[in-house]
Amino acid sequence: MKANLVSFLSGIVFAIGLGISGMTRPAKVIGFLDFAGAWDLSLAFVMFGAIGVFFVAYRRTRKMRAPLLAAQFSLPTRTDIDAQLILGAAIFGAGWGLGGFCPGPAITSLASGATPVVVFVAAMAAGIYLHAMVQNLGRSRPAPLTVASVDS
Amino acid sequence: MHNFTPLAALIGGILIGLSASAMLLLEGKIAGISGICAGVLNPAKGDTAWKAAFIAGLLAGGLLLRIFLPAAFDFGIIRPYGMLMIAGLLVGFGTRLGNGCTSGHGVCGISRLSARSMVATMTFIASGALVVYLVDHVLGGAR
Repeated sequence: MKANLVSFLSGIVFAIGLGISGMTRPAKVIGFLDFAGAWDLSLAFVMFGAIGVFFVAYRRTRKMRAPLLAAQFSLPTRTDIDAQLILGAAIFGAGWGLGGFCPGPAITSLASGATPVVVFVAAMAAGIYLHAMVQNLGRSRPAPLTVASVDS
Repeated sequence: MHNFTPLAALIGGILIGLSASAMLLLEGKIAGISGICAGVLNPAKGDTAWKAAFIAGLLAGGLLLRIFLPAAFDFGIIRPYGMLMIAGLLVGFGTRLGNGCTSGHGVCGISRLSARSMVATMTFIASGALVVYLVDHVLGGAR
């Protein structure tokens, strides 16, 4: 229960950070990706700020046996760089540039009630289900693929 | 760069970092939004409540923005519906195939010095820039 409250409050802070930073505005996102136009470097500073803080927090975990409210850390374990990683990131980036939204800002922006955001999020959910279907097809083949479930 | 807003971006980034740090230090979880979304859409027993609570927090934070910082939803550019549908599909599918998005790879992964996340982040920024170039400079823009 306490952990779910932490998740809820963290979600609120995350959304406010997205809103203040400009990540909820496709004009800023597309401006950041528009190297050939009026390039707007602002969103690089979102990464500097977030990485600066999280880098320190992650270093801190090395001295901890367990997180404060859970039995263990659940961290990504994969280190291989495979075709799925690169293809997936390339597909995601294409959608990010095309729409101007990535998942967090899109969900946060649902609160605006704007129809285009609802359309984007519905399509994003469809994309997630489509991937799950494709993955299941792979699993039902005679020689099953090993699909790592660890998320970064 | 007439729209350059580094201070707001930095402050927002710090808040995002604090949120992700709270998830890590208190719950031991990585705040990767695409993975959290997928976990809510395809629930696994015992690992869904925290994800649903986080998404509820994003929505509640969105409502606070709507009240106190409505400029956060001055989208500026809204692509046509057809393009948004394709974009959403690509974002949903691509983040699952590549195991993460801007938060999981771009923030948490890079901070952990994960080579996977560094490669993923460079890749999605490059492909995003390529698509923006094609849409806004070759095809004349759809805004």
